[in-house]
Amino acid sequence: MTWSNFLIMRHEVVLLLIIMAILIAEIALPSKKKASIIHLGIFLFGIHTIIGFLPLEENQLFGGMFHTNGLIHLVKNILNIGVLILLLQSADWIQSRLIAEQKASEFFILLFASLIGMYFMISSGDFLMFYLGLELSTLPVAALAAYEVTKRTSSEAGIKLILSSALASGISLFGISMIYASSGSIYFAELVDLINSNHLLLMGIILFFSGLAFKISLVPFHFWTADVYEGAPISIASYLSVISKGSAVFILTILLFTVLKSLIEVWENVVYVLAVATMFIGNLFALRQQNMKRFLAFSSIAQAGFILLGIISGTSMGLATVVYFILIYIFSNLAAFGVVQAISNQTGKENMSDYEGLYRTNPNLSLVMMLALFSLAGIPPVAGFFGKFFLFTAAASKGFYWLVFLAVVNVTISLYYYLLVIRAMFLRKSDNPIPFFQSKLYMRLGLVITVAGIAVLGIYSPVFDYIYELSINLMN
Amino acid sequence: MDILSLFLIVPAITILLLVFTRSLSQARLVALLGSIVQFAMSMNLVFAYIKERAINDSIMLFTRDLVWFEPFNIHYSIGADGITVTMIVLTSIVVMAGVFISWKINDLPKEFFISLIVLATGVYGFFISLDLFTMFVFFELAVIPMYLLIGIWGSGKREFSAMKLTLMLMAASAVLLVGILGIYFNSDTGGNGFTFNILELAAANIPAEAQKIFFPLTFIGFAVIGALFPFHTWSPDGHASAPTAVSMLHAGVLMKLGGYGVFRVALYVLPEGAIEWSWIFIILSAFGVIYGAFAAVRQTDLKYINAYSSVSHLGLVLFALLMFNKTAWNGAIIQSLSHGFMTALFFALIGMIYERTHTRDVRKMGGLLKVIPMISATYVIAGLASLGLPGFSGFVAEMNIFVGAFEHENTYYRIATVISVSAIVVTAVYILRVVGMMLMGPVKEEAYLQIPGVSWYERIGILLLLLPIIGIGVAPLWLSDLIYKSLHPFIQGVL
Repeated sequence: MTWSNFLIMRHEVVLLLIIMAILIAEIALPSKKKASIIHLGIFLFGIHTIIGFLPLEENQLFGGMFHTNGLIHLVKNILNIGVLILLLQSADWIQSRLIAEQKASEFFILLFASLIGMYFMISSGDFLMFYLGLELSTLPVAALAAYEVTKRTSSEAGIKLILSSALASGISLFGISMIYASSGSIYFAELVDLINSNHLLLMGIILFFSGLAFKISLVPFHFWTADVYEGAPISIASYLSVISKGSAVFILTILLFTVLKSLIEVWENVVYVLAVATMFIGNLFALRQQNMKRFLAFSSIAQAGFILLGIISGTSMGLATVVYFILIYIFSNLAAFGVVQAISNQTGKENMSDYEGLYRTNPNLSLVMMLALFSLAGIPPVAGFFGKFFLFTAAASKGFYWLVFLAVVNVTISLYYYLLVIRAMFLRKSDNPIPFFQSKLYMRLGLVITVAGIAVLGIYSPVFDYIYELSINLMN
Repeated sequence: MDILSLFLIVPAITILLLVFTRSLSQARLVALLGSIVQFAMSMNLVFAYIKERAINDSIMLFTRDLVWFEPFNIHYSIGADGITVTMIVLTSIVVMAGVFISWKINDLPKEFFISLIVLATGVYGFFISLDLFTMFVFFELAVIPMYLLIGIWGSGKREFSAMKLTLMLMAASAVLLVGILGIYFNSDTGGNGFTFNILELAAANIPAEAQKIFFPLTFIGFAVIGALFPFHTWSPDGHASAPTAVSMLHAGVLMKLGGYGVFRVALYVLPEGAIEWSWIFIILSAFGVIYGAFAAVRQTDLKYINAYSSVSHLGLVLFALLMFNKTAWNGAIIQSLSHGFMTALFFALIGMIYERTHTRDVRKMGGLLKVIPMISATYVIAGLASLGLPGFSGFVAEMNIFVGAFEHENTYYRIATVISVSAIVVTAVYILRVVGMMLMGPVKEEAYLQIPGVSWYERIGILLLLLPIIGIGVAPLWLSDLIYKSLHPFIQGVL
């Protein structure tokens, strides 16, 4: 092994350097100029995102604990884009709330630390590295959820997140120990051959699964979601709902498709039940929500249920549809959260009824929101339609027509509550609408990127072709 | 650029230009220019089609096929036969008339015309698609603008109606999606991989068991938008709340997607499933014909009367399609066209009457023939066409349907036919009842004497829709010729 081997950890190393740079800037900058940390953080992360797209060879490190390949590389890049958009959308919030309290740089450091945890998690080659990544990705987010300490709900969100995630990862770790006890290895590559339908092993797998299901907020592991989203700052809620969820879905899919491939008959049923429960509970609870953050929380629970339709297939096509959907979901959900954040920053309003008559005062924001919701609901020609259609195709390819049927029933239910927001913005007239305002430059940039993604990612088919190709490579 | 893709590109350009308009006059000018270009293109398409058909024997002409999503074998695949051509002509005329009728729209004019043209784009795309996936995309694209069109510019219970319409149609498309996936994953009979292409699917001979499972899903998915009883309830509410031009497009064009989809996909791709299941859908559609007619008799709101009359007339289209008979099919297509022009005309007239009298209740109106003769006379003509008087399009259509349907030896089919024929009588009742109450007799209110006459844009709108009704009625052979030849491959596939 030479030093150059470490280059395959480029994402992790560069992000670590950025964290250090921000740390130094925090110390070096006089307190009057602390605001420039925002520009520095966004700029450096932008560079990092661009560097991320440089080609990377497939390799492994530390005796197989850390490995990377084309699809993992792509997913890291997708996460990068998501975080970059999120930073752009949060810039205004950081500027107005955090600079005065002297905690802007910690925001970046904690967020990036969590992202590094996700890199390690999805690149992990054994359960140990996986567990380290899982913890590293969760703990900083708990701190961030409680970031607005003066708000009671924010502290509550932090406590809820840390307690329930500690429990979940404890269960997960217990499951891992059972897997080790019955098979004798924690390396994914070795486990492929050691997996059998021993009862202890199955128990271990189910417990391990629960830990990840918590991060993805699948029913019945979803109870923390709505409260945490509502209490946490909007940036953190959107981070939890797209980045954290996306990476957890990806590693879950990889593990099920490669390591646990021989047990497909077993986990297929588990995924089936969870998919149905998650879609129905998420959608039915979303129907009555008035707070936009809670609304999006339940909507994102339901979306996780749809993702399971891609997972249940167990084929390389299924893997491709899952990754493709994560990509589209990141753009769609960030667009929706971005609009909520823009309005919340400006007016402090977060309820659906506050959005009445929004189109007549703020047409652009309303249009972004409409596109985002159409994409989440799966209306063509925006990207979400293609993502969902392909997920359903993946499930149907294995003959799960009933599951697809239940899913399309849910698509219709979800359309109802997405239309409620559109109804408020477009159909209703209000005596007291949100007055016209101009968002800040960073926010506008963030929203424009999401809109471009929503508009292009579906129709422009080479994106999917590329992901499909990488998935086939990975599965072979 | 091929002649069919233009039907997607021109509306797209129109929408793009509309985004930059700043006032009502600019917006309607752009929308009008766009729709005139579409109309000219559709006329050009008719002649190009006739010319090409003389030398080309393929099922579909003007085809174009581009790979879209290779892993799923999804193509952007388009083509047209005689039926497509007639549907495109219908769409372009109704859209143009719709723009004229909306000449004075005040609230958010730019957004109104954009939604209208998006709807039209979806409809054009649906008609020309040969790929099920592309077709499905355009299907949903055509439905979703209805929510905004009814919700923003509608009246009465607009929020409720818009939501009901959208959810019912989207639920239908969700069912359709399962059907499409089922068709797709059973299409690999020849070892060439799965396909979404309709022509390849028809040739693939999907296994009979799969056809029996997926035919009802596909049929219902399409038939809901064709107002199949008991899934028609979205339509009357939607009509009642929609603004005039939207009602016109809704009844004139959007509901035609149902019959067209049933014909092009459900029957053509899944013939064995169709034969297996046709008995129940014949009952439903025949019942819909009768039920719609009787429901129309009891209504007092003009829009509800015509909405239920649509349910009745379009039930007849589905009924005729299920007869598996060339004459009946020919009638079904002509009925689609005839109903499209006729109902669009009805709703345009209702809009004009409502603007002048501020009511749609027939009991409150009377003697309108004396005050607005042009509108009233046209209403009578449209009514006569609707009840199937010879010389108008409705007669040609219904004649074909019933003659074709009665050719069946089977008693079951004959009884069903007799039952649906009787709806014609009821149709006469509700049409003549409205004509008698609303148009004849003394002028009921003083205020009516002051109501303004017909303005130029309304006149053009009326004429655009009236001419085809008379045209089809007087010279149906020309149209039949166009349609009849295109029925050959379908007949061969099904029978």
